[in-house]
Amino acid sequence: MDLTILGAAAINGLLIGGIYTLVASGLTLIYGVLHIINFAHGSLLMLGMFGVYYLLMKLGIDPYMSLLIMVPAMYLLGYLLYKLLIGRLSQGKDENILLITLGLSILIENLALMFFKGDTRTISVSYSDTMVELGPTLVSLPKIISFGAAMALCAVLGLFIQRTDTGKAIRAVAKERVGARLVGIDVDRIFAISFGIGLATLGAAACLLMPIFYVSPTTGHVFVMVAFTVVVLGGMGSFLGAVIGGLIVGLTESFGGLFLGESLGQIGISLIFILILLFRPSGLFGAKR
Amino acid sequence: MTTNAKLTRRLILQAGAASAALGAPGLLLAQPKPIKIGLVHPVSGGLAYSGSQGRLGCQMAIDAINAAGGIKSMGGAKLEAALADSQSRPEVGVSEVERLQQDGVSAYVGCFASAIALAATQAAAKYNTPFLIDVGVSDLIVDRGLKNVFRLAPGFGKCVDDAIVALGEVNKAAGGVAKTAVLVHEESEFGTGTAKLLAGKLPSINVQVAEVIKHANPTRDFSNVALRIKSLKPDLVIMSNYQNEYVLLARTMHQQKVDVAAMFSVLGGGFNYKLVKEQPQVAQHMMDFNHWFNPRDPKAIDMKKKVEATGNLFTFEVYCGWNSVMVYADALERAKSADKEKAIAALESSSWSNHFMPYGQTKFVNGQNTGGRAALLQASATDIEVVWPNQFGSTKAVFPRPKLS
Repeated sequence: MDLTILGAAAINGLLIGGIYTLVASGLTLIYGVLHIINFAHGSLLMLGMFGVYYLLMKLGIDPYMSLLIMVPAMYLLGYLLYKLLIGRLSQGKDENILLITLGLSILIENLALMFFKGDTRTISVSYSDTMVELGPTLVSLPKIISFGAAMALCAVLGLFIQRTDTGKAIRAVAKERVGARLVGIDVDRIFAISFGIGLATLGAAACLLMPIFYVSPTTGHVFVMVAFTVVVLGGMGSFLGAVIGGLIVGLTESFGGLFLGESLGQIGISLIFILILLFRPSGLFGAKR
Repeated sequence: MTTNAKLTRRLILQAGAASAALGAPGLLLAQPKPIKIGLVHPVSGGLAYSGSQGRLGCQMAIDAINAAGGIKSMGGAKLEAALADSQSRPEVGVSEVERLQQDGVSAYVGCFASAIALAATQAAAKYNTPFLIDVGVSDLIVDRGLKNVFRLAPGFGKCVDDAIVALGEVNKAAGGVAKTAVLVHEESEFGTGTAKLLAGKLPSINVQVAEVIKHANPTRDFSNVALRIKSLKPDLVIMSNYQNEYVLLARTMHQQKVDVAAMFSVLGGGFNYKLVKEQPQVAQHMMDFNHWFNPRDPKAIDMKKKVEATGNLFTFEVYCGWNSVMVYADALERAKSADKEKAIAALESSSWSNHFMPYGQTKFVNGQNTGGRAALLQASATDIEVVWPNQFGSTKAVFPRPKLS
């Protein structure tokens, strides 16, 4: 096969992998650190993307400027969702959380269908079609920006978890809930903060995705399975794992499409999911239990 | 008090007798029973937009018929929509057909997706209930010998045949600049079937197929596909996919500056006014062979205004749904009954022409209206124009399109 095409496939794989990392970074915090299986992750991403769409359409706010609104707004939404709904109804049971987030996802999707209708929406901004020559291929500028932002976001989240008091409290709660409570950590508040941060990253992902993707009430489904695969592959709770996992999944999909055809290329993602669960359930960078 | 009570009873009796004898015989006779039509569309799931547009067209038709006095030959019987959501899944489509059967529907209209239509019509066939396909292009839908199935719009066999003729004529007028094509299609019955037919017929207009690329639903990135196409340097890229992938592929092709004589699609899922509005640069000069209204018919322009006044787009799903209800109403009018056998017989002999499509009179052969046909469309910077057939055309095709690079 032509080396140019292989090189281009590698670049495209890495860039789409960056997008997967972006979507998975919030999930790795919620799912990985707090063990909350958030089935509403995809729906909340979709909600964020509609937010970005309407900020541009109604108020003329550029998607990247929307970061200033969407990140705090999604944090607040996450915090309140946990405080008012998930935390109250779960009664400390993980299986309850699973059902609540599943219900939430169905509710959000159907409300989106009611209010936004089911059609596909895209945005066009001045830099949508700005292309950058990257080796053998042309790459759209928003894709490069989202890749860079995904890497930066994971680095910031990693540092936040490692270095700050709140980060340490999150880790303490993740490791030993009762112990954390005994040393004076407000466990419920930490859960709400973590859920808020997870959704804030989704807000960022929405801003970075809108210039390159479309949004419809079912857009979340397009990414949610991949995001779970990235988290499982990288190791639950590891931001470095989310980066490496995202890139591996992106490359697998890209080369899978090249060698097996675009229709079969996505088999690789499911294959990775199964193999990781079979042979390394803790993921590449996850702590063994 | 007693007197008053007696007077009241007497008054009531007198009023009843008087109204029966003189004033309101209609009030005492039973109103004709409403005729229930099951609308089976995917209004949630991946095909929700198209499904809800189809439902909108059907409901508008039902409202229009009722406002005009209902089915006159049946004493003004009103039509009533029985709504169903197939959730974009064939098995749910079947269960919705079964549920509506229990509700006593006289006919069904649906289903947008071929896969759902194949399953749902089979379920309705058990009860011999007429099933009008508004959108659903697989020819298998009408080729299985089911007597209850009728389709007004052309299937993909006819669409591909006509698209080939249209493309051949446009290409010939431009000096035969297009000699090679790459086909990109989604993996289900619709995309695969259409691409297979196209690949077989393109050589008849001197266009050779360089490659056929099948993709999954959903596909999140078309960069590699665009690069592959770029390396093949075809004159035409022909797409058959649903809305999301259509938009994503079109945008990637535009960004990668893939220069072709035309981006052409047959029944392109994302070719609509929204694409033109949101991505005018991507949409401009794209061509699609699809169900479309006759732009020279004042009825079509009137309905377009009505639909747009509701805040919706005048997409083909809307008027295909509208027409399907209308053709069934015409059959009821002639059958003078909602009896399934009689309605099917009336549909079989239908010669309805009160539509605003580029069709002639309806003539169903094995359930397929042989008078139906689609049109070749091209997007301008602000609108969608009909460029073929010439007698319905609103402008001439821009072919080959200006270079992007």
